[in-house]
Amino acid sequence: MKNKKFLVLGLILLLVHCCLPLVAAAEEKWAGVDDTVVGKYAKEHGREKRVSYINTDQGDLLLFVFLLAGVLGGFTAGYSWCLLVNKKVQVSTDS
Amino acid sequence: MWPLCFLVVLITLVCAAPAHAMHISEGILPFNWALFWSLVSIPFLALGIRKLRAAAKEDISFKPLVGLITAVVFVISCMPIPVPTAGTCSHPCGTAISAILLGPCISVVVAAVALLIQALFLSHGGLTTLGANIMSMGIMGSFSGYFVFRLLRGMRLNLGVAGFFAGIVADWVTYASTSAELASGIRGSTPFFALFWQILLSFIPTQLPLGILEGAITSGMIVLLYKKRPDLLISMRVIKAEGIKA
Repeated sequence: MKNKKFLVLGLILLLVHCCLPLVAAAEEKWAGVDDTVVGKYAKEHGREKRVSYINTDQGDLLLFVFLLAGVLGGFTAGYSWCLLVNKKVQVSTDS
Repeated sequence: MWPLCFLVVLITLVCAAPAHAMHISEGILPFNWALFWSLVSIPFLALGIRKLRAAAKEDISFKPLVGLITAVVFVISCMPIPVPTAGTCSHPCGTAISAILLGPCISVVVAAVALLIQALFLSHGGLTTLGANIMSMGIMGSFSGYFVFRLLRGMRLNLGVAGFFAGIVADWVTYASTSAELASGIRGSTPFFALFWQILLSFIPTQLPLGILEGAITSGMIVLLYKKRPDLLISMRVIKAEGIKA
């Protein structure tokens, strides 16, 4: 019960955190930390990000590939979940 | 409880905006460091593949579980989540849940598969930096999450709480490792620790809340599996049979 209260409190704090857009102070809004942290420090030290070998970061192609990956990933997860939970549960309960 | 969880997830989804990769991108690390991290990752991968084969022979439930967890890790680790207080996006890793359920060695393989697909087709991470990303997300994330979970379970904390802290630690350790890899690779004449702390501190505004979110996801998945398939948690040696409530 006590743990549940802590969990609820934690989730509320997280929710409050998510609802504070006014205090956002990044130079470029919603950039990934690859640009704001990794890319920034790499550039400062003379290293630059290179184009991927299979470059899907071209216009809306990346959105399509992400969508496809999400659909396939979601289908695989859902199908595997169904395989797992549809099995008959047999648990020896000693206590 | 669940409406609140749903609300948090809904807000993060509604706030979603175009964002880029968060792993170390192609070409960031010099060749010698990229090679070094790849060589370090290989023994862990080999051990993980060996354990995966043995476990799949032993238990037929193992393959769908590995499929489920690989898909979850893949989706979670390429899902940019906006953090309003930092104004940036980043992603959870999902390696804590895979390490708890499958063991840390098999979790390394799961993370490697997810990272390879992302590097090949999603311009997310890179092939030359694959070893470094496997090291931080796969190896460090999995082992830290697994050991925290085991430690807390050993202290008789319940599944949800142990999973929550395992998720937080796995996420934070992953980004601490990324900071170390980046600092060692790009530092030049800059002292290692000075650059390491700079990078780590820059990750904190984004990863601090995301680590907590990852803890909540890990905890939620463990508790859900406990309710739906407790026998699976027993066969994966996550819990003991006598610990099941009748």
